[in-house]
Amino acid sequence: MEQLPFVITKSERIPRLVDTLYSVMPEIEADRGVLLTESYRATEGLPIIKRRSAAFMHILKNIPIVIREGELIVGSNSLSPRGCQVFPEYSYEWLEAEFDTVATREADPFYISEETKARLREVYPYWKGKTNSDLAKSLMDKAAYDAFTVYNIFTPGNYFYNGIGHVNVNYGKVLRIGYNGIKKEAEAAMAGLDVAEPDYNTRRLFLEAVVESCEAAIIYAARYAELARKTAVSCPDSARREELLRIAANCDRVPAEGARSFYEACQSFWFVQSLLQVESSGHSISPGRFDQYMYPYYAKDLAAGLITRESAQELIDCIFVKLNDLNKVRDAASAEGFAGYGLFQNMIVGGQTESGADATNDLSYMCIEASMHVALPQPSLSIRVHNGSPQPLLIKAAALTRTGMGIPAYYNDEIIIPSLISRGLTLEEARDYCIIGCVEPQIGGKTDGWHDAAFFNMCRPMELVFSNGMEKGVQVGPRTGDVTEMKSFDEFFDAYKAQEAYAIKLLVNACNAIDAAHAIRCPLPFESCMVEDCIGRGKSLQEGGAHYNFTGPQGFGIANMTDALLAVRELVFERKQLTLAELREALRANFGYGLSGKGAENMTRLLVEKLAESGVTINESVVHTVYREVTEAGRLSAEEKAKYRAIREMIDACPKYGNDLPEADALAREVAYSYTREVEKYKNPRGGIFQAGLYPVSANVPLGAQTGATPDGRLAYTPIADGVGPCSGKDVNGPTATANSVAKLDHAIASNGTLFNQKFHPSALAGMDGLTKFIALIRSFFDQKGMHMQFNVVTRETLIEAQNNPEKYKTLVVRVAGYSALFTTLSRSLQDDIINRTEQGF
Amino acid sequence: MENLSQITGRIFDIQRFSLHDGPGIRTIVFLKGCPLRCRWCCNPEGQEWEAHVMKMPGKPQKLMGQDVTAGEVMKTVMRDMPYYARSGGGLTLSGGEALGQPEFARALLMLAHEQGVNTCIETTGYAARETIASLLPYLDTVLMDIKHMDPRKHEQYTGRSNELILENARFIAAHAKELIIRVPVIPSFNDTPEEIRAIAGFAKALPGVHRLHLLPYHRLGQDKYDALGREYTMREFSPLPDEKMRYLLSVAEESGLICQIGG
Repeated sequence: MEQLPFVITKSERIPRLVDTLYSVMPEIEADRGVLLTESYRATEGLPIIKRRSAAFMHILKNIPIVIREGELIVGSNSLSPRGCQVFPEYSYEWLEAEFDTVATREADPFYISEETKARLREVYPYWKGKTNSDLAKSLMDKAAYDAFTVYNIFTPGNYFYNGIGHVNVNYGKVLRIGYNGIKKEAEAAMAGLDVAEPDYNTRRLFLEAVVESCEAAIIYAARYAELARKTAVSCPDSARREELLRIAANCDRVPAEGARSFYEACQSFWFVQSLLQVESSGHSISPGRFDQYMYPYYAKDLAAGLITRESAQELIDCIFVKLNDLNKVRDAASAEGFAGYGLFQNMIVGGQTESGADATNDLSYMCIEASMHVALPQPSLSIRVHNGSPQPLLIKAAALTRTGMGIPAYYNDEIIIPSLISRGLTLEEARDYCIIGCVEPQIGGKTDGWHDAAFFNMCRPMELVFSNGMEKGVQVGPRTGDVTEMKSFDEFFDAYKAQEAYAIKLLVNACNAIDAAHAIRCPLPFESCMVEDCIGRGKSLQEGGAHYNFTGPQGFGIANMTDALLAVRELVFERKQLTLAELREALRANFGYGLSGKGAENMTRLLVEKLAESGVTINESVVHTVYREVTEAGRLSAEEKAKYRAIREMIDACPKYGNDLPEADALAREVAYSYTREVEKYKNPRGGIFQAGLYPVSANVPLGAQTGATPDGRLAYTPIADGVGPCSGKDVNGPTATANSVAKLDHAIASNGTLFNQKFHPSALAGMDGLTKFIALIRSFFDQKGMHMQFNVVTRETLIEAQNNPEKYKTLVVRVAGYSALFTTLSRSLQDDIINRTEQGF
Repeated sequence: MENLSQITGRIFDIQRFSLHDGPGIRTIVFLKGCPLRCRWCCNPEGQEWEAHVMKMPGKPQKLMGQDVTAGEVMKTVMRDMPYYARSGGGLTLSGGEALGQPEFARALLMLAHEQGVNTCIETTGYAARETIASLLPYLDTVLMDIKHMDPRKHEQYTGRSNELILENARFIAAHAKELIIRVPVIPSFNDTPEEIRAIAGFAKALPGVHRLHLLPYHRLGQDKYDALGREYTMREFSPLPDEKMRYLLSVAEESGLICQIGG
């Protein structure tokens, strides 16, 4: 086994903490929802910003608190481990409807007691018509609302139903001056206001709300200090008693004041991280550059002999465990899209300082070590890679990749920094970027990025090209002309762009309606006080208080649309072997693989329900039309089936994106531009611009399930390609060829992030030699201006899946004995050998 | 000046992102045709010079043997230049036996060197001395098999005696930039400590040779024999257990060479 840097013994406390956390099913708790409603009832008539801070205060004064067994870092948002609170101010109806199924559903189930249900039923009527999503709906243009809810061209559902989250606040500031310091800053700002300024009144209100929020956080920590002391009194174990008294001392000090030690800094960090998730239900609250803002406290204590690497590691490990204590209940459909109780708390290490020097320090390594110790999904650990990144850091990171947890993700400074500068950041700010949620870069503490604003399904405009903008008898997109009359490839591609551009316009309307609703109904004074320049401007983030404001909707389906356009260009316009009329027939017939029976009935019901929701009068003829469309392929003659399947085979034989083919890749770049360049034309209500991302999270699967057949040969209702990668199984020249293709896209313009997944077997990373070659692969992709890379280092289960579906795993690399090979090219018996060997572990 | 790009040869595969066939990340070009018939050969489709089709179960029929120019091959090879630069990798000629097409092999190696690409060959060493001499100036590393020290057993399992091979090994050792000896460790053929010790002793005596790789027997080629309608005579043998490979590694290390399992 190779020698890795920073291997630190794991404290035996850590497995115990993990066991406690995972001892019970996550539970939904009513306290926040009840306290919030009590406060709102008591503050009717007050300005919203004051109602928000009053509610925050009321919750933090009264919500039940707990110190879990063996904890060194305290502060839990729910009594039960990994439990969650509810946020009826955003939306609630879905949860009420799912009260009786939420515990038994397949994706992310939560236990909910009868008592909790009763308590919530009592408060829910108050919220009728008053939620953020009610307002967003009423603000939204009807066509945009339909495009989102009925036609599934895009979905801004996350911020429609929930808080925004997706922020990296200035943790360092709280560590330095505490909430008393921020409170003083707000009071000084208030004192500096001139009563005759036009926005004096709203600014003063906001600053008062900041002061109240800071006080609430301080009161909350004091409650923990008291609880720790009380628990210590009755604690029979003297060692634990000492720990509890230390916890009490920490909570007496932070986050009210600045931290004086590494331990206090850790506790202070944790209060910030957990309280942000009490104020709002947004996910992707990202700790960002933890190794940078924590380092001064670590270095000072280490030099003074107050801590050892081992004791510091234990505290970091404790924080990593706590990051998994936070949880969030989503509606059943969203839970499928975000499966795994994901909170996307992104923490990033390495990279550069503001002055461009390498920023790696001990904590960079120790965060990677913590992920290995804790082995839980949170945080989403990321690594910033630049030309001067130290090789040992990357080796440590690669060793973590090899564990198969899918972390860390790797980010390329050399492309992200110029990309952010192009959005107006200074050089120093751009060098200090962090990542939010999945893959979204921003400068922390100064940005309201609205990353993850919506998913845009790039396949849907293609469907509308073939229907001249019609869908189920409704004109949904522009009339781009009868597709069968199109005379050139350019005319066809232009029609696609026109359909896409119109849909993007609607997406912008939908996002901006939701944006406005958040400013009116859910401004967040606590979160805002830790983001520049809210205090200076006297405005919450939601009203445009941040220094940088963006809206980042992400497109996906580049690979499908590239392959579709390649096929149309070659078969229809170059070789003239196929007409667009024939292709349209084949698409409608799902290439001869139609839905029938129950599948067809379910799909018809779903589509009709959506039409009804949008206000279309449903009669027999509508149902009949939908059913006919859904089942068309089910009623085909054998001859027709054969004809359509042959068309699909012709398409399959065309060049595909992801194989390092210059012409295909050049077209992919254009397809990506059709989205990224269109999106950045628009502005949001907070004074910022839209910027595109190119990644689907996991929405490529549920949104694919609502998309008909596409001219790349993709069958109806099947998943769309993942991230910026090729269509599943269509890349056949190995990982370097795939990476070369992906690098050909213009990643820099997609400043809201791009996502590139690759799959490897752990054995491809075996030994120091395997790790260094793996790092060379990442660096080579980044040399070619790739932006992001993450790795699915596959396990036995995946290998079995690969054995059963070899067409989906064509580029899976495995180490066979002294060499590596593509798994699917191996014989069954050899595959079995490898699978069995994996079970024994390498 | 000769136009190297136009020189043609016959190949049966190009494999990118190879990790164990020389330093770094490499592209392997498999040249068609081989003078040996090793019973365990995992690329039997590379043995015959003539092109032929092979149909593996569940996969489309594929023509084994394409006549291509060196320029065409290099176009593919050069696409992974960023990976070679980062990893110290490059081009590896394999086969079949690359020495069987010396003009073509030389053209590929020269073109690679012209463009700053590191070069390797995986070879049986079974060729005329002048053929080998013509390629050595363009090779950074030679990975050469020594399969057995006994000429009769060598002939019995590979179809050729080992005299020419051993002689060429001495020549290559004296003239190559780097020579690494590789031993495919095959059950029933050369998997005793005595046999391994003999090979390692020979390798150690070669001037400038410091490294030896023991390549464990595997059954990667088995299905290909079926697809080619040929008999796989090694069917009864399983891969050697890890403990046995580790033992043989320790035996090889007695020679004083730096030894490893796998490439």
